[in-house]
Amino acid sequence: MAVHNITFTLNGEAEAAVVPSHMTLLQMLREEIVMTGTKNGCAAGECGACTVLLNGEPVNSCLVLAVECDGQTLVTVEGLAHDRQLDPLQQALIEIGGVQCGFCTPGVLISARALLDRNPHPTKADVQAALVGNLCRCTGYVRIIDGVLAAAERA
Amino acid sequence: METMEIKPDLIGQSVGRLDSHEKVTGAALFTDDLQFGRKLLHARIKRSPHPHALIKSIDVSRALDLPGVKAIVTGDDFPEHIGLYLKDKHIFARERVRFVGEPVAGVAAVTEEVAEQAVELIDVEYEPLEPVFDPEFGASPEAPLIHPDLEKYEVPNFIFPQAGTNIANHFKIRKGDTGRAWERCTTIVERKFHIPHIQHVPIEPHVAIAQVDQTGKATLWASSQSPFAQRNLIAKTLGISQSDMRVIAPLVGGGFGCKAGVTMEAMPVAIATKVPGYPVKLRLTREEEFYTNFVRQGLVINIKVGCDADGKLLAMENTMFWDGGASTEYGVNITRAGGYSSTGPYDIPNVKTDSLCVYTNHPIGGAYRGFGMSELHTAVDQCMDELAEAIGMDKVAFHKLNCVRGGDTLVTGMTLHPVGLEECIDKVAKAIDWGEKPPAGAPNKRRGKGIALAWKAPAMPPNAGSSARLELNEDGTATLGVGGQEIGQGTFTAVAQIAAATLGVPYESIRIAGPLDTQYSPYEWQTVASRLTWSMGNAVRAAASDARRQILETVAEAWDEDVNDLDIVDGVVISYRSEQEQPLKEMVIYGLPNEDFTEWTGGPIVGRGMFMPTYVTGLDPETGQGERAVVHYTVGAQAFDIEIDMETGKIEVLKGAAAFDVGQAINPELVKAQIEGGFVQGLSSAVFEEIQLKEGVMQNPSFVDYRIATAADIPHEIESIIVEVPQDDGPWGARGVGEHPMIPAVAALANAIYDAVGVRMDGPPFSAEKVYLAMLDAGIVN
Ligand code: FES
Ligand code: FES
Repeated sequence: MAVHNITFTLNGEAEAAVVPSHMTLLQMLREEIVMTGTKNGCAAGECGACTVLLNGEPVNSCLVLAVECDGQTLVTVEGLAHDRQLDPLQQALIEIGGVQCGFCTPGVLISARALLDRNPHPTKADVQAALVGNLCRCTGYVRIIDGVLAAAERA
Repeated sequence: METMEIKPDLIGQSVGRLDSHEKVTGAALFTDDLQFGRKLLHARIKRSPHPHALIKSIDVSRALDLPGVKAIVTGDDFPEHIGLYLKDKHIFARERVRFVGEPVAGVAAVTEEVAEQAVELIDVEYEPLEPVFDPEFGASPEAPLIHPDLEKYEVPNFIFPQAGTNIANHFKIRKGDTGRAWERCTTIVERKFHIPHIQHVPIEPHVAIAQVDQTGKATLWASSQSPFAQRNLIAKTLGISQSDMRVIAPLVGGGFGCKAGVTMEAMPVAIATKVPGYPVKLRLTREEEFYTNFVRQGLVINIKVGCDADGKLLAMENTMFWDGGASTEYGVNITRAGGYSSTGPYDIPNVKTDSLCVYTNHPIGGAYRGFGMSELHTAVDQCMDELAEAIGMDKVAFHKLNCVRGGDTLVTGMTLHPVGLEECIDKVAKAIDWGEKPPAGAPNKRRGKGIALAWKAPAMPPNAGSSARLELNEDGTATLGVGGQEIGQGTFTAVAQIAAATLGVPYESIRIAGPLDTQYSPYEWQTVASRLTWSMGNAVRAAASDARRQILETVAEAWDEDVNDLDIVDGVVISYRSEQEQPLKEMVIYGLPNEDFTEWTGGPIVGRGMFMPTYVTGLDPETGQGERAVVHYTVGAQAFDIEIDMETGKIEVLKGAAAFDVGQAINPELVKAQIEGGFVQGLSSAVFEEIQLKEGVMQNPSFVDYRIATAADIPHEIESIIVEVPQDDGPWGARGVGEHPMIPAVAALANAIYDAVGVRMDGPPFSAEKVYLAMLDAGIVN
């Protein structure tokens, strides 16, 4: 089985890993690096629980091969807070109650971060469109959407 | 009565969830996040491709030869039955398979890939049998038997299996005289509805890891709503003692009932018994999650309801054929709940109900958020809408005329406690401006409004118990041990509020002892039935009262004062007489010295509490009558204001409103969050969801083909309304509401569709295509 030595930036830190060709980015994060904030809800690109930022773009990490990340920059949910300061999105979801079971939350936060990075003042429809790939079974999305809009307003 | 006490400020305050920080930072640990090291074995399951067949032989020799395979088990290894109510299931099929996806053999191997390959190498020879897919046919004498041994199964005394048939439970109501009542009805509506199977779809799939030591003691880590029920059932089936079966249950990434009882969790334990010392992990794929797990069972319902010229309901006849699937171990109680609540929250003097749980060769029906009630209300509340229409009465007025009130004699003979259903109806009607019908937003659209009611009682054994423990810490905080699970609903936050309010400390001073662990968490029956706020809440309140009493007695003795002059406020014991103060800090562990330090009093404070309802009575098997069928009912109403696109049939929800009588909201924002989430889950089931079964095979086991609501599918606005008519035995009057917000959705939407375009369909989902075709059929579009 072919294995690859890869290096990349993960949440601002230099990282290296040895990964088999078929290993997904999601597997590398969860099983190799053992950073488990990024969730596996389907392993088929359909639920968004595994969303991470790859060079600033939100991707379903279950559909990306680890080897493709060689030399790239990754951000996961664990990388959103800095110096014990939560990202405004994290703060807003807490305050507005956009978290229930929390299993979709890491992916939701990453998709929302990507949205605000490219569009700091989204409309409600923009938020809905940006989150359409992040399934949540608990919240009915109401407080997730409100939280993202509130975070945008505060920034 | 305790509820007469003054309500502390913390009760009814929307404090923030205590688990959200860990959840937004990715620090929260779910079962799949736990690490077991390199010795972890991976399990995969060989499953039946047949809906109904005899197993002629299983040959595992080729699979065993595969390098990396550590163990293979089949039904031969585990002869005992398992099941929550009716013990009709095996961990792995024995002799016969009864649904597509039923586990036939389990493999543990060093990697998932090897386990998967081994599964392929297991050869099973089947002799197909005639399957049953229609519950109505399944209940008939002509149907082939799916469980010929039904009469031998162990069953509690409130479930009535019919030997020699596929009917695993027949629940009956015979109240009044429907035959004579029909003669007095001026209007009668008679309908038949088909409610499809749907799936729970938590975003976290089922996952469980088991390890058995050399002495046979087992540990199970599982995403679980029911660690204690799993301990009990799995231990019994494997022939070990309950206390030798330890279940550890981290946070759950969504449950909705599918992680209650025992589904796949028994399999890794069974496999692990063959490889002592090795942890064995089974994680369902999303595809398996869809077709192998508990489903919400389908329902075929024949219903007839009549009223007099004034609109007063006089009679109902209701025959329900529940598609229980291959095992009805849990489903028999869903049928029972459907039976004893079969009128919906309406006062009807003459009722005849037959609620039949029928074995079929479909996936196994289990608990699903408000079980039985969404299905039942889909039929009942559409009939009410039709009756009101037929006699020309305003629908809200009709609902208010007929809805249940405190003091009413319910369908089972039970007297209803005070409830605020009328208030719920009024409030949702107001929220959508009932009675006003502004024009649709575009010429190709039609506008409609609809309303439906809901009720549900916790469906559980009469004596489902809760317990709690509150241990004080050196820093004056308290660690609350409970056995009820945080599945997203916010129960840890609510019970922390109850503990803090009772003890007299700030909310921030309560820690939850987690993860749940049957080895040290206090007993809790299951996290189901919207029962925790009420039942576990009572236990927590008792534990906190006990701790408080111990603290006050210690201080009273040290200060030589009367306990009744003391109080705990904000974590400080104060005396109203001597005005002395003593922070809880330290004294709750080390006690207090007397003045000259020659003696000590007190010591580590541990409060304990429990709650179990003692008053639920049995019901007569022939009439379904008894003094108190259930602990209580939570009631509510829901309304829709929608537009339908006449060119596509697509429904757009302009506004949704829902009101529930929760007795007392411990945390109003958490209640509203439940109402919103349940509303959208209900809406999703109403417009998108259906497990498409063809010859027993699920045709759409993926998110692409089984659509659930996304962020783009929700109503423009949802108004959530809390009504509070206190429950006499709830903590400060609280009742549960976790499941209820989902219940009225289908009927309320169906009634709005009817209002908009004048068509009714025989069951959900009301997809754009189905609505369009119904309009086409009715000649409304062409
Ligand atoms: S786990 Fe990647 S999209 Fe679901
Ligand atoms: S909070 Fe549970 S899936 Fe979103």
